[in-house]
Amino acid sequence: MAVTHTPSEETHGKIDTEELEEIWADAPGVPGFFSTVDHKRIGMRYIYTAFFFFFTSGLMALVMRDQLAAPNNHVVGPELYNQLMTMHGTTMIFLFNTPVLAGFGNYILPLQLGTRDMAFPRLNAFSYWIFVLSGLFFYASFLLGKAPDGGWFGYTPMTAKAFSPGINLDFWGLAIVFVGISTTVGAVNFIVTAFKMRAPGMTINRVPIFVWSILSMAFMVLFAVPAVTLAAGLLELDRLFGTAFFNPAHGGNLLLYQHLFWFWGHPEVYILFVPATGMISMIIPVMSRRPLAGYLWIATALIAIAFISFGVWVHHMFATGMPVQAMSFFSAVSLIIVLPSGVQFFAWIATMWKGRVRFTTPMLFAIGFLLIFLLGGITGATLATMPFDWQVTDSYYIVAHFHYVLNGAVVFPIFGAIYFWYPKMSGRKLSEKWGHISFWLMFIGFNLAFFGMHLLGFLGMPRRISTYPSGLGWDNLNLISTIGAFIFAIGTGVTLVNWFHARWWGKPAGPNPWDADSLEWATTSPPPEFNFASIPVVASRHPLWDQRPLPTANPNGDEATKSLGPEGAEHHETPETTGLDARPEATLDLPHPTYLPFLLACGIAVFFVGLLIKAVLVGIIGVGALVVALTWWAWRTEVDLA
Amino acid sequence: MAKRRRIWFALAVLVLLTLVACSTKNSPAITDPKGNEAHTISGIWWLMCGMASAVYLIVGGFIVVAAFRGRRSEEGKPSRVRDSTFIVVGGLIVPSIILLVLGASVVYASNNLRQPEKDPLKIEVVGKRWWWDISYPDQNITTANEVHIPVGRPLEIGLDSDNVIHSFWVPQLGGKVDLIPGQHNIWRVKATKAGVYRGECAEYCGLQHAKMNFLVVAQPAAEFDQWVVRHQNPPSGPSDELTAAGQAIFMREPCAGCHTIRGTTANGTIGPDLTDIGSRRTLGANTVANTDANLAGWIVDSQSIKPGNLMPPIPMSSNDLHALLAYLRSLK
Repeated sequence: MAVTHTPSEETHGKIDTEELEEIWADAPGVPGFFSTVDHKRIGMRYIYTAFFFFFTSGLMALVMRDQLAAPNNHVVGPELYNQLMTMHGTTMIFLFNTPVLAGFGNYILPLQLGTRDMAFPRLNAFSYWIFVLSGLFFYASFLLGKAPDGGWFGYTPMTAKAFSPGINLDFWGLAIVFVGISTTVGAVNFIVTAFKMRAPGMTINRVPIFVWSILSMAFMVLFAVPAVTLAAGLLELDRLFGTAFFNPAHGGNLLLYQHLFWFWGHPEVYILFVPATGMISMIIPVMSRRPLAGYLWIATALIAIAFISFGVWVHHMFATGMPVQAMSFFSAVSLIIVLPSGVQFFAWIATMWKGRVRFTTPMLFAIGFLLIFLLGGITGATLATMPFDWQVTDSYYIVAHFHYVLNGAVVFPIFGAIYFWYPKMSGRKLSEKWGHISFWLMFIGFNLAFFGMHLLGFLGMPRRISTYPSGLGWDNLNLISTIGAFIFAIGTGVTLVNWFHARWWGKPAGPNPWDADSLEWATTSPPPEFNFASIPVVASRHPLWDQRPLPTANPNGDEATKSLGPEGAEHHETPETTGLDARPEATLDLPHPTYLPFLLACGIAVFFVGLLIKAVLVGIIGVGALVVALTWWAWRTEVDLA
Repeated sequence: MAKRRRIWFALAVLVLLTLVACSTKNSPAITDPKGNEAHTISGIWWLMCGMASAVYLIVGGFIVVAAFRGRRSEEGKPSRVRDSTFIVVGGLIVPSIILLVLGASVVYASNNLRQPEKDPLKIEVVGKRWWWDISYPDQNITTANEVHIPVGRPLEIGLDSDNVIHSFWVPQLGGKVDLIPGQHNIWRVKATKAGVYRGECAEYCGLQHAKMNFLVVAQPAAEFDQWVVRHQNPPSGPSDELTAAGQAIFMREPCAGCHTIRGTTANGTIGPDLTDIGSRRTLGANTVANTDANLAGWIVDSQSIKPGNLMPPIPMSSNDLHALLAYLRSLK
């Protein structure tokens, strides 16, 4: 392939972009909405939908904090409290944290890799539709007043038919299986994209750390999600068809459920956390104006976490009465998993140490993340010691710990990422001033809300209680926590308002407002539908810092390189490159907009509704739609290739 | 500097919170141990607290310094330490040492916990929705929601459930053990000091999980033996007319179908054994104090005190209620 130098900000410089845009554009209006396969539109949708769930479930948390603000309170009764608690936890894990990271991955990954879309754009649209339909499916329970109340972890036999006879728990169990399809499909897409869709020259040791983190996350998803699908699936078989996998009276085993659930449940923590660290690894070097220290160490740590995270699940079950010798293995592994995070931590500190830090909003969130995650990580290590865990498990100490990790160490990076990447996504900047205000409200509110919960745990307050008596020394700390929660909520609201403002009146951002190093900043903001008219050629880990002007590739006239230049964009193609050293090896036809993913997702949704209401006919209709969509899909693929 | 003021502010908040926490004497706090397991774990905690605070302050200090040291420079300040050295020492070697020390000291400190000992007192606890059935198989005593134990004697607390999963937690005695249907768990522990300690269900178990608590009454051995003798010989019958009338009401109303009173024909097993209800400190699994007013309220409409519990409202005339209360009060 021949390399030419074109100005970096104009990778689609001299060619007729209007013509290209016409080739790549979605149909306007509703048809375009349902048929798009553009990874950027899908990524944005993921993010917006996930944030809808974030604010909904955040409001539920505020109601719960209101109830717990004072002893013997009557804001909500135990029934509603238990529903809120279940909805809040399930929503945050399944419908906010996981998909919002998938959204950023979707949007950023192809741009960062210098390609024109994900490896499987239609599958990408499909996984979004599954996500949103499973979310609607789950929230239908709330609108019908039949919200599940078995806790986000759904321990059986409390969730078995005998103790939860209503349809409530079926919403939960089926939604878990349902949304798992989306996560799994997304993971496959990320893995193939990261390995096969990189710009020429982006060898495996030049891949941005965010891509490594998404890759690590995707592998964990592939091995972990089947376990939770199995847990919830077997539970639903017990509930809907009277099997006895979890019924000890008929030879079933209750701990089997817990093993399956946590075999997913602990890797899941890292599934959420690892991409968040990837965001941090993008923000800190840019805001410190120097390359990330210990690139190889961090990449290795990300892979190590993916492996080790599968050996720690039993620390959620230390109080179940398993033999101590057997549990001590998991105790040891739970201590060891501290090390990869320690490596990442010191790599970030080293990066800042020699750089000149710019205190922009993304960086504030990154530093806030460091200070919060440090505590969450330390309390995590204390939980690995079995005897101490016996005391504090299922107490408010745990609530404090995992909010430090899943709220502090995941939500803070996500807010940082919004301030960091929104200018790229929209072409407009968020207000720095309001960003700072939002950060400080969130940081102070967060610590007020959750630090005291450690102490509540020490004072013997169990978690998941809908009320508590006075006189146990819990009153003041709970009140402080509630105040903190409201301050935190206001902080997130400030960012929401900031977004509304920037969406219409924000200052233009330009292609690279932060002077960042990775390829997504090479194209315009917002990027055109085809991302890059000519695919850039990478010769460094930091192409926009080291390769000025950024070279782009031209076709050599052979099959492998023919899509590198603007002609490739014209033909709706993108190059496929080799897995390790990213040499062009083939040309991929990118699919055009299609309703297929939506149809397939609807078929699956109808099938789940059939299961829910136990209507065979509805189930058959769903399977019918599914079969038609799949057949059509397979047939069309063949046509596309011909 | 503004940052330094913020740190002092954060520290002040921290101290304030700790003060709030320490100013309460009635908490069932794990840092106020009254049992051998709680003592050991409290020791482990203070060790970890020391290590954790040191780690937080040092690493947190690194973060703050790293953020500010290059602030006035053009290109950032150089450092003599290579990045990889810094990462390996700070992120791998030092934490490995800390974790090794931590792991070894925890194993050393805790390897005698939950071990079988000679001459244990056996107690059977069965988790109900949402209360605790307590029995002493060797002493042939059954009670509910109040566990009497002798100080110093090893206990073997058998934990079972015939419904959903619960968890038995007395923070001042030690850690939790779950009650899992189909699995018999045993918690071995010793009380080291006499007192009344709050116990709680720690595993979410449905509607009234919040109101599934209990009391542990740790007594000197002699006092405990007296308690045993008294409970092995409940009063043979009503002592006066009023209590006799009360007993008749108890047998006539639905009460006897769900509750047992030893020495009478009442032998229901759905609700708690009431043989010693007159001497218990609380009602409804430590939901309200066992006063006349609360007991009357519970009988007439327990659903207003603890919605969703299995006892239906039992409306009755105030004379009947008066007699029934007198009878129940006499059961000690």
